[in-house]
Amino acid sequence: MFDQSISTLAAQLRNKDISSVELTRYFLDRIAKLDPQLNSYITLSEDVALKQAAHADTQIQHGDASLLTGIPIAHKDLFCTAGTLTTCGSKMLNNFIPPYESTVTGRLQNAGAVMLGKTNMDEFAMGSSNENSYYGAVKNPWNLDTVPGGSSGGSAAAVAAGLAIAATGTDTGGSIRQPASFCGITGLKPTYGRVSRFGMIAYASSLDQAGPMAKSAEDCAHIMQAMAGFDDKDSTSSETPNDDYLSNLNAPLTGLKIGLPKEYFGDGLDAGVADVIMAAVKEFEKLGAEVKEISLPNLNLSIPSYYVIAPSEASSNLSRFDGVRFGHRCEDPKDLLDMYMRSRAEGFGQEVQKRIMVGTYALSEGYYDAYYLKAQKIRRLIKQDFTNALQEVDVIMGPVAPTTAFGLGSKTNDPVAMYLEDIYTLSVNLAGIPAMSIPAGFSNNMPVGLQIMGNYFAEAKLLNVAHQYQQNTDWHRQTPDMAKGA
Amino acid sequence: MSIDKQDVQKIAHLARLALTEADAEQYQQSLSSVLSLVEQMQSVNTDGIEPLSNPLEMTQRLRDDVVTEENRRDDFLANAPQTEAGLFLVPKVID
Repeated sequence: MFDQSISTLAAQLRNKDISSVELTRYFLDRIAKLDPQLNSYITLSEDVALKQAAHADTQIQHGDASLLTGIPIAHKDLFCTAGTLTTCGSKMLNNFIPPYESTVTGRLQNAGAVMLGKTNMDEFAMGSSNENSYYGAVKNPWNLDTVPGGSSGGSAAAVAAGLAIAATGTDTGGSIRQPASFCGITGLKPTYGRVSRFGMIAYASSLDQAGPMAKSAEDCAHIMQAMAGFDDKDSTSSETPNDDYLSNLNAPLTGLKIGLPKEYFGDGLDAGVADVIMAAVKEFEKLGAEVKEISLPNLNLSIPSYYVIAPSEASSNLSRFDGVRFGHRCEDPKDLLDMYMRSRAEGFGQEVQKRIMVGTYALSEGYYDAYYLKAQKIRRLIKQDFTNALQEVDVIMGPVAPTTAFGLGSKTNDPVAMYLEDIYTLSVNLAGIPAMSIPAGFSNNMPVGLQIMGNYFAEAKLLNVAHQYQQNTDWHRQTPDMAKGA
Repeated sequence: MSIDKQDVQKIAHLARLALTEADAEQYQQSLSSVLSLVEQMQSVNTDGIEPLSNPLEMTQRLRDDVVTEENRRDDFLANAPQTEAGLFLVPKVID
């Protein structure tokens, strides 16, 4: 049952084959049995879940249900959930009970989805391995000695192990796509501004974007249908009307133009990963797509540009954690300055402190032009690369990450090596375009994700492309052995 | 690009982070390696290129200046480490 699609479960709920309360208890039991191996949840919201499930059952009874009514999902622990602990993976917020609900979680709740709990993540979404969580590392369900990726590692591991039907994630530099790739699930980072950031704890506000993580493109489309769209509570929310994400899923791919950027297939790409990606591209050719080589010449500059812009925005956003209104406060502060300095040093982990300092430096007097402004100019070059390429092709494909999931602890001592892992994902956030990761095969028994990038607001197109692939392959239906143990 | 321990302490002070000597030593290395990584930007010619701050190049949306939120003072105070008489309490600022 844990590996059923949303539409199958919705039909079973409507036919009264199962109730939402039963379905919710089934998932809570699985979490109790299996999650000690993974650590994918920070908080289980059993009481909330059972109450929402009972309400969903009443709605279904009254014939007043959407497709998500009664479906158990999980939320990354950076979405504020009213009355439910929201830590952002940090000691800083280990007692923070939000007084309000994020737009994303609120919309999913209104659509009838049941919240099982809040998933583990790299602290303040800063990391690519989920090892930077105050609540402990998350393990990859395909191999417990490897990382699930990050920063939405808890959401990815929970969906892969069947501990939630779907989950929310956020993606600032790859944080939905890379863990989706490492854990063998489907994840979508929408266009910047497509999904409301209201109530999402901010990391880098010009890059942050929330999206769905699920077993399939079709399930992602169901979640997007409920979560996407204009929100006047987010000043950068786009007023572009939403597409219908479901109606286009079955469109044929005949004549689809796929671009393969040569920069995505150069040095540093693992040969096993490259083989899987090229096999997936062949599959698309069989479905009628045409493939051509393209170039994104400034790809390498996305790393320095991102590692200036993201820390700069973080240093500004995270100044709100001052020990005054919420969050951790140190013991016996001797004055206001002492309180700020010790509360923040105690509340933030190392990676967060490091990025705050990088950003503070880049924004400080005399350095702003050389760092922040320079990075924003390069950002425009990167955007232009994509807009030029997307005049020639409909979608761009390539790997999500240079390798499959790496070993726990294997990169923690070399942070720059960890940053280089993000080479294929960062540029998408800098440009603000949408992109997906879908399971495309295995290399050394570990999942490999194919990245599909598209033009602004082309989410429906990406979901269509991904769905057609998934209608003709079964990589997205593979389940790790540990998930079968309960 | 490398920075010394004094630079680290100066940045940490600006960022309001209390660092021990040992922390400063460690961050000196890790900050220097990040700054070296971003140094490659300087070799790129960006003359005449406008900086991009919003990927959709949106302008800030304005709204009418009206009250839209209700008063929820007690809810917001509930997360504060210390409060008194409906106010956030901080260490004494002025003697």
